[in-house]
Amino acid sequence: MNLAKPSFIPKSITTEGREIRPSVAARTRQDRAAQRVFFIITLLPVVLILIVTIALLVRAWPILGTYRLSDLLLGETWKPNSGQFGFRPFILGTVWVTIVGLLLAVPPCLLVSIYLAEYAHARTRSLTKPILDLLAAIPPVVYGVWGLLAIVPFVDDVIAPLADRWLGSVSILRVTQPTGFGILAGGIVLAVMIAPLIIAVTFEVFSTVPNDLRHAALAVGATRWQTIRTVIFPQVLPGVIAAIVLGASRAFGETIAVMMVVGNTPTVPTSIFDTATPLPALIANNYGEMMSIPLYDAALLGAALVLLVVILIFNILSTLVLQRMVRRKWA
Amino acid sequence: MGMKKKHFERRHLVEGFVKFLMYVAFVIVAGTLGLILWTVISRGFPSLTWNMVSQVPKGGYYMGKEGGILNAIIGSAYLATGGTLLAILLSLPIALYLKAYLGDSKWGEYVRLSLDVLWGIPSIVYGAFGFALMIMLGMRASLLAAIIVLALVELPIMTRAMDEVIRRMPADLEHAALALGSTKFEVALRVVTRQMLPGIVTAILLAFGRGIGDAASVLFTAGYTDRIPTSLMRPTASLPLAVFFQLGSPYAEVRERGYAAALILTIVVLVVSFGARGLSARLSKYAVK
Repeated sequence: MNLAKPSFIPKSITTEGREIRPSVAARTRQDRAAQRVFFIITLLPVVLILIVTIALLVRAWPILGTYRLSDLLLGETWKPNSGQFGFRPFILGTVWVTIVGLLLAVPPCLLVSIYLAEYAHARTRSLTKPILDLLAAIPPVVYGVWGLLAIVPFVDDVIAPLADRWLGSVSILRVTQPTGFGILAGGIVLAVMIAPLIIAVTFEVFSTVPNDLRHAALAVGATRWQTIRTVIFPQVLPGVIAAIVLGASRAFGETIAVMMVVGNTPTVPTSIFDTATPLPALIANNYGEMMSIPLYDAALLGAALVLLVVILIFNILSTLVLQRMVRRKWA
Repeated sequence: MGMKKKHFERRHLVEGFVKFLMYVAFVIVAGTLGLILWTVISRGFPSLTWNMVSQVPKGGYYMGKEGGILNAIIGSAYLATGGTLLAILLSLPIALYLKAYLGDSKWGEYVRLSLDVLWGIPSIVYGAFGFALMIMLGMRASLLAAIIVLALVELPIMTRAMDEVIRRMPADLEHAALALGSTKFEVALRVVTRQMLPGIVTAILLAFGRGIGDAASVLFTAGYTDRIPTSLMRPTASLPLAVFFQLGSPYAEVRERGYAAALILTIVVLVVSFGARGLSARLSKYAVK
């Protein structure tokens, strides 16, 4: 394609005689054919969700047919060699890591996006965008390296001694093992990884509020924070919750980075300093041996199915809320 | 009067305090990026040698002897390029179809919803899906399988990014072309694609950057080998997995090389990310202003 010349309309005039112009009928046929092909390709995203779900369901069927679903999801013992497949430690591991990550990420992310949406100059905003883009662009495995080199020692040398000294009486904050690997390290890494997403979505949600509302509140003498707290925040609350849910579902599925710092033990965690194995780490850790033990592959693909179903529910709900808010903006 | 004044001051105090918190949060987020980059550079740079990027692993490499990770660099280049090309073939038609035929209609919203949902599916699930398919088809871990799975990972990212820029195109241009008698397909291919080329290129590079850094999807599907793949049916190494595997080594030298590999991967991703900005600025000269 020759980019330099805007050849579309002039060509048929200037090259008349040398180049035969396709007939209207031919061009219409081409248009119809293209429309049909494009339509089929466009069906792909819609169908792909179903295909992924069905493929995992089919491969996980042997174990779903052998054990009761409640035994699988709530069972505490994970011994594939003796046919015991309890997902409970891994589901709880996922929940713990995600909650720690959200608790750490949400307050600063909300503050940053409120700052960007309501206070910052356009220039500050445009300077911030590359920072968030870079944070989003850094590959998970690099986050894992950072977690291993910076966060695990930090948890071990700084946070664990402090917690041991001041918070040892609170059971979920009890320091249980002396390595720094564990839920807290995983949660910190996750918090940084989901931050760009939460900030971007929350910012978008804040910008759906019409300026009239801000002006009205400011005109009657409210400070900016009063305006945000009493006028804007009630408007955006569903969107902010949707942003957090999106962040949570991103955290559920994060694999490599979390796996590198979380310790990977098949135990039910009881403290943020415990090691754990979230579901994605379970799948990634054991893919090598899963074909050699009966039902093992079905169990791991079942774990992927559990992950997928939870994430689908979270994503569909939050995306519907966000689509509605954005549509209201344009309406 | 006095009471009124006190109230007045207190809410201003709150305003100042909240603003202070916002600055702190802002510094934390920006500072974290700095910390990550500093950690990767300061730990990766000392082990970064020419041999690392120019040689494949030799005998005893994983015990700290001679060699490099050229296999992983080339492998990742193949994987990300193949995955991105395949994703373009699917994404561009979808984005154009959304613009030309569906617009903001109900069906357009459904397609966008499903793309957003696909975007949210973690790459480990795509990897597991690819693995399930491979078992059903009797396929081995190979470059081809990993390229297909990577294309699925990249598809929603690329399509949504394209869609976001394409749907913002001013309607005048489209109307002008349609009024001159061009078909919708001609408008899509020759007007929309050219006018929105900067945004389309940015979308492609964004997806490429995501693809080259993705580890969880290729873990199942690409395998890992010390050789540079010579056909689509061979397994291949990749940079993210080179980092991951070397970091798990008991040998300090091998771990150090893992940090260097992480630095290489980071540099690649940063170059792609900044390149996207530069390129899209240059390409915008072909657009009607």
